[in-house]
Amino acid sequence: MPRWGMVIDLDKCTACQACTVACMAENNVPSAGPEGAKLDRSVHWQDVLTDLKEEGGGYPNFHVRFLPRPCLHCSDAPCVTVCPVRATYIDDEGLVRMDYDRCVGCRHCTTACPYAMRYFNWFPPDYSVGSTEYMNPQVPTRAVGVVEKCTFCIHRLEEAKRTAAAQGRDLTDADVVQLTACNEACPASARYFGDLDDPESTVSLLARNPRAFRLFEELGTEPKVYYLAEEKN
Amino acid sequence: MNDEQKLGKHAVLLKPLETTTSKEFVLTVVLLTAAILFGIGAYGYQLIVGVGVTGLNRPVSWGLYIVNCIYFIALSYGALLTSAVLRLINAEWRLPITRAAEGITACTLVIGAVNIVMDMGRPDRAMTIPLYAQFRSPIVWDFVWVSLYVTSSFIYLYLTLIPDIALLRDRYPHRKRFYRFLALGYTGTPKQKRLIRLAVNGMTIAIIPIAVTVCTVLAWLFALTVQPMWHSTLMGPYFVIGAVFSGIGILIFTLAVLRRLFNLHNYIKYEHFRKLGYLLLVMSFIWFYFTVADYITTLYGNDPAHMAVFDAKISGEFAVQFWAQVLFCFVLPCIIVIVPRFRTVRGLTIAGLSANAGMWLERVLIIVPTLARPRMPIGWGYYMPTWVEWSVMLACVAGIGLFYVIFVKFFPIISIWELEEAEAKEQQAAEARCIELENAGTRSAEAA
Repeated sequence: MPRWGMVIDLDKCTACQACTVACMAENNVPSAGPEGAKLDRSVHWQDVLTDLKEEGGGYPNFHVRFLPRPCLHCSDAPCVTVCPVRATYIDDEGLVRMDYDRCVGCRHCTTACPYAMRYFNWFPPDYSVGSTEYMNPQVPTRAVGVVEKCTFCIHRLEEAKRTAAAQGRDLTDADVVQLTACNEACPASARYFGDLDDPESTVSLLARNPRAFRLFEELGTEPKVYYLAEEKN
Repeated sequence: MNDEQKLGKHAVLLKPLETTTSKEFVLTVVLLTAAILFGIGAYGYQLIVGVGVTGLNRPVSWGLYIVNCIYFIALSYGALLTSAVLRLINAEWRLPITRAAEGITACTLVIGAVNIVMDMGRPDRAMTIPLYAQFRSPIVWDFVWVSLYVTSSFIYLYLTLIPDIALLRDRYPHRKRFYRFLALGYTGTPKQKRLIRLAVNGMTIAIIPIAVTVCTVLAWLFALTVQPMWHSTLMGPYFVIGAVFSGIGILIFTLAVLRRLFNLHNYIKYEHFRKLGYLLLVMSFIWFYFTVADYITTLYGNDPAHMAVFDAKISGEFAVQFWAQVLFCFVLPCIIVIVPRFRTVRGLTIAGLSANAGMWLERVLIIVPTLARPRMPIGWGYYMPTWVEWSVMLACVAGIGLFYVIFVKFFPIISIWELEEAEAKEQQAAEARCIELENAGTRSAEAA
């Protein structure tokens, strides 16, 4: 059984936000609009955090770091433990999944997630004029009052499995390494997807790199997203 | 009749049940009902439009509803525990105040539980929780435990009411159907008396651990996550202490109102206020001790994530609320109770209300700052409730008021049967003492 994970190379990331936009388009994430954004209600299954440090003397003497973030799909996920109805759960392949039709909207998972990667639907989704033509039929839209988050593009994963099965072969590393929408869109090829349990896969090789680290490892959540730290500071 | 004679003495206790149509009463009911209807309207608006009409947002996804849920359930628990513990240790002075406390329990508990549902994004799926319960979730524990607590506290209240209901059944023929149904055929035979005492004693013992754990489980909603300043072993006991503190405070306030409204000066005496005031003082000290213990541990741990929350509370965005909490929970009640000049009924009522203002702020300060300072640097959040949340909160307070007013109108607010029992016991003891004295007198006369 594979254990899906991701590696993001921070040295390669240019903070172009292509991953963020690709994710929204792929997963039918509605825009919260300027009003919603002002109230901190925007939904981004994938976002890029920036850390700006002034080094004196104003522009251009800044040190800027970027941190692209999908859901980290923790192996010991705090959100899964607290869900009262098992609307969020870890499947056999290690993905932290959401059952939108069972979620009661108590938001205990959003308060329990130390990475703040879970989003609540404050209003019914607003697909403003025109955007419905670009909607992805493979991804369900979410109703008002439920929590949603990154799925590691599970619909693409299922499709890749079907394709491989139709061709009578096993899923290979090459099939999945650029599988998710964010990885596919990354112009710097900074992101890799794959099976962490396969010792030969790209992600497991990179995860063993001395530069590799995970966010808040000390919390014991065992995230399945690895970062490669910047070498040049 | 024997019953009539006895009641002559306690007739004042039944007065509120007999005079129902005073102008003030009608006005109170109308105002409270209006506030409740407005709150229901606001919640209906939230149901139709979405939880987005509240002030909640991404980092701060729990707010006033959860605060009020915790605050009201804690209030109910505090009042209940005061009543149960006093009953258990058989403190004679408790008699006139236990029924009032149990009334508070019933009213606040229902409202508190309703707040959980109002916080949910999908209240239409509330039944999913019992049907697909995931037993590692503190919310499921809450669901089970609050249900158990509601049931047991209503049974407890009802058991202590039965003999009084039987008395009302005999006294008010025009309401006979209502009271006869509730009295369960109680006629006051020795066997029934023994059984009711047995049942009340049993429930008293059972209700104390249930009440302590219900508050702890509520605290675990927060303490069992890894979030800064929530993840603390102190949280459970802190909630329990705070609950008793606010419960005693509201009990003092309720007693003062009842005494004033219904002329119960012969029953609810200054003595009761003074003793409850001392209990309030003890709780205030324990609260202060727990608060210092919690904050100093965080300070010396110096974990940056925890310190962000700590600084926001002590000197940052929430500093005003924090220091107001210290003032209301500790400084004011202590001054009022300790200085004899302020220790009047009015002073103690202010102390009780101050304790409640402080405890409400404490619930806000436990929940909001931790969420507003997430460990992940996604930006600091802030939370200000909207008119929807405030209206619902007002409706909750009005709901508690209305329930209490109705309760007072249908049942005597002081337990008459327990009062009579105590009086009978006292009389017996006095008679025994007289006989003994007489005997002693004759004996000494004989000896002489």
